[in-house]
Amino acid sequence: MITLKLNGQDHQLDVTEDMPLLWAIRDVAGYNGTKFGCGMGLCGACTIHIDGAPARSCITPIGAVKGQAVSTIDNLHTDPIGQVVQQAWLDSAVAQCGYCQGGQIMSATALLKTNPNPSDEQIEEAMVGNICRCGTYNRIKTAIRQASTHLQGAKA
Amino acid sequence: MSRLPADFVLKNLSRRGFLQGVGATGALVIAASWGLPEAFAADAVKKYGGDAMPHGLIDDPKVYVSIATDGTVTVICNRSEMGQGVRTSLSLVVADELDADWAHVRVQQAPGDEVRYGNQDTDGSRSMRHWFEPMRRCGASVRAMLEQAAAEQWKVPLGECRAQLHKVIHQPSGRALGYGELAVAAGALAVPARDTLRLKQPSEFRYIGKEGVKAIDGADIVNGRAVYGADVHFDGMLYATIARPQVYGGKVKSFDASAALKVPGVIKVLEIESRPLPSEFQPLGGVAVVASNTWAAIKGREALSIVWDDGVNASYNSIDYRKDLEAAAQQPGKVVRNTGTLDQAMSDADSTLEAAYYLPHLAQSPMEPMVAIARFDKGQCEAWAPSQAPQVTRERVAERLGLPFDNVTINVTLLGGGFGRKSKPDFVVEAAILAKEFPGKAVRVQWTREDDIHNAYFHTVSAEYLKAGLNKDGLPSAWLHRTVAPSITALFAPGMNHEAAFELGMGFTNMAYAIPNVRLENPEAAAHTRVGWYRSVSNIPHGFAIQSFVDELAHKAGQDPLQYQLKLLGPDRQIDPKTLSDEWNYGESPERYPIDTARLRGVLETAAKAAGWGRTLPKGRGLGLAVHYSFVTYVAAVIEVEVKDDGTLIVHKADIAVDCGPQINPERIRSQFEGACVMGLGNAVLGEISFKDGKVQQDNFHMYEVARMSLAPKVVAVHLVTPQGEVPLGGVGEPGVPPIAPALCNAIFAATGKRIRSLPVRYQLQGWQETKA
Repeated sequence: MITLKLNGQDHQLDVTEDMPLLWAIRDVAGYNGTKFGCGMGLCGACTIHIDGAPARSCITPIGAVKGQAVSTIDNLHTDPIGQVVQQAWLDSAVAQCGYCQGGQIMSATALLKTNPNPSDEQIEEAMVGNICRCGTYNRIKTAIRQASTHLQGAKA
Repeated sequence: MSRLPADFVLKNLSRRGFLQGVGATGALVIAASWGLPEAFAADAVKKYGGDAMPHGLIDDPKVYVSIATDGTVTVICNRSEMGQGVRTSLSLVVADELDADWAHVRVQQAPGDEVRYGNQDTDGSRSMRHWFEPMRRCGASVRAMLEQAAAEQWKVPLGECRAQLHKVIHQPSGRALGYGELAVAAGALAVPARDTLRLKQPSEFRYIGKEGVKAIDGADIVNGRAVYGADVHFDGMLYATIARPQVYGGKVKSFDASAALKVPGVIKVLEIESRPLPSEFQPLGGVAVVASNTWAAIKGREALSIVWDDGVNASYNSIDYRKDLEAAAQQPGKVVRNTGTLDQAMSDADSTLEAAYYLPHLAQSPMEPMVAIARFDKGQCEAWAPSQAPQVTRERVAERLGLPFDNVTINVTLLGGGFGRKSKPDFVVEAAILAKEFPGKAVRVQWTREDDIHNAYFHTVSAEYLKAGLNKDGLPSAWLHRTVAPSITALFAPGMNHEAAFELGMGFTNMAYAIPNVRLENPEAAAHTRVGWYRSVSNIPHGFAIQSFVDELAHKAGQDPLQYQLKLLGPDRQIDPKTLSDEWNYGESPERYPIDTARLRGVLETAAKAAGWGRTLPKGRGLGLAVHYSFVTYVAAVIEVEVKDDGTLIVHKADIAVDCGPQINPERIRSQFEGACVMGLGNAVLGEISFKDGKVQQDNFHMYEVARMSLAPKVVAVHLVTPQGEVPLGGVGEPGVPPIAPALCNAIFAATGKRIRSLPVRYQLQGWQETKA
């Protein structure tokens, strides 16, 4: 049994230590928002937060995050910055198929947490690891700028 | 006339009701649907559009619409959602004619059942253009029934009652009854005859053609709650991966499962039989590892030891094959269009220009890899899958399992992208085969990204050769074009070495420029892998070759490419595609859907104007133009590119002008063209699948690269052109792709003087300044 601190709760999971978090979260803990896209950390569909920092769950073994807080898109609505990002995504009608968008939103939220006012170059740098095959990148940028503006306003 | 049963009312319909099948609406089925009598009557007449598709169109409101006593309107969506917004767009059409409040509209996904729902193949950019009118009639029928129910309840003349935003209002008195209050009574009324329906005038539209309609699945997507294929979960479910033959036609010679069975969680290893070539939509076969979770299934598969018999395609090698295609393109081939006297015109020409182009295989690689869940019990098989073609899937599962068709149920989840790949049911058939081995248990087959890239139904590979004979004014009097590419039809029968009419009709035969002497040829090419449909299909090579070549001709003539394009289009005219030897015309009537050169001109001028065509740009930057007609829609693109000193590209702006006829959901139309632009850039700059010894050489996104944010245009502007006069709907999902690659490469030429004739661009621009100097 491995204890996983996931979305604010302790989960006892009967898995091997080498199991990537992605599969532990999906198959065993039963949270479906985190998606499988490549299995090699190349596409970002599986992006989660580990102690607030973005990570690719498909290449992070569960044994490597003992005691750390893992959170997924399923729980992002409880995060104030996450909410702003989700609303910006809806306002810009970003999603097409939507499959990658959970990972995109997790990457964007992590960016805005460390850099609430990113430049276009910083947005690109933070998001270049997240592939969207539908090609929604321009709207992703728009949504991040909107969320950033909103967060700046909230702070002022 | 059939009557609705009293249980027209649906209570507590779950958005995820499809996970239990659609039993909840089963009671609404009544014998006759409006589509069927026509289907039988019209046998002698050639049918077009949705009527010509398998199982045609159905516009019976009893099948598609229900209203609960709380006023919730549920619309059944018969097409698959893969990002094009069809669940929203089809439903808003019903809601508009029904005058429903969008906030009270829900969508339920139809399982595969074309007898009931009409054609469900979500491909060919056809959903809105075929289903707009039937869905309008569904909404208008229910509106009429609600008005009638209110009139009967109030005992007032029908003409005094008017449905308005989820209520029926008695206009003289101002009394109102909500749709929920009228649902039971309306459900007991006869469905009005089609010719009695009053459809809204466009000025009355509430949602159709309007901005700001909230997407049905939007909130679920941003909260991670949307249900895609792999999100269907059953307790005790089994998880499988499959080691498939890496060479098309290969099969298992022998295998050793002992190490795999030692992996914790692995339950069983079993072989899936390979079928003889061509494989059609059947699975490729191989060795399946069934486990208690996905990770165990992946590790178990890695531990397999398999000896393969690679079969007849083991020498498929892209480097050699390219040489074969290019050699074939230099030789005469099957003539598919011949206008005027080409050879004479060519020898009489003032000058000639020839060019050869090459485009490699591509893989659709939707972000959601193939995945399907199936459960087999007591002679019944039920599956859940992100499928573009649930009826075809149902047929193939029934066939493979030896079950009656009615014993198979295919439930459609959201698709994490499709792009043509998920029209093929091979992955669902795999799940069904495995489920049969574990009666009563759900089995999920999960493809990895490597599986997806190795075993796609690949976009074709092609060599294109063009030669023009030019007048003194620089315009062509003679046009020879040869296209050589393995055909999708090779999936279905041996010896299919020519492109089919539907492939040639994608921008090759229906080339509409005003050129007096034209010969189009299609030399043979044999397929050595599974060739399939990839967003916009054969329009990709044909559009790239023609639009690149026209740019070359303009430069040779020393003329502005936009002005040259306009001259080449000739006078505005409507062309019957049959006169261009295109009998296919995307399945649409040539009378209803002629090729309209004024609309080609319209999109060219719109895109050029928006882009500031002709303006002076800094060194290393260029504007490129392309126009292409596909899926009965007209699209032009102008791309502004910067080529850095090291050959890398920055796409500063893309202006896309689109004339797709009437626009149902403009916001989703723009999003499709924005996305198609990005995908088109990925195809052009990065995309290549290549084979060696019959095997795909790319494994994952580090080798098969697709567009990332860095390649997306800094600005992408989609300009929707409103056509003159009444024209029918055009396609939206695919036609945005073809003009992108040529517009980009024409822009690269403008920036650097280097002509790209072979895709992908990738490293071809390294050192471009030295070459120029």
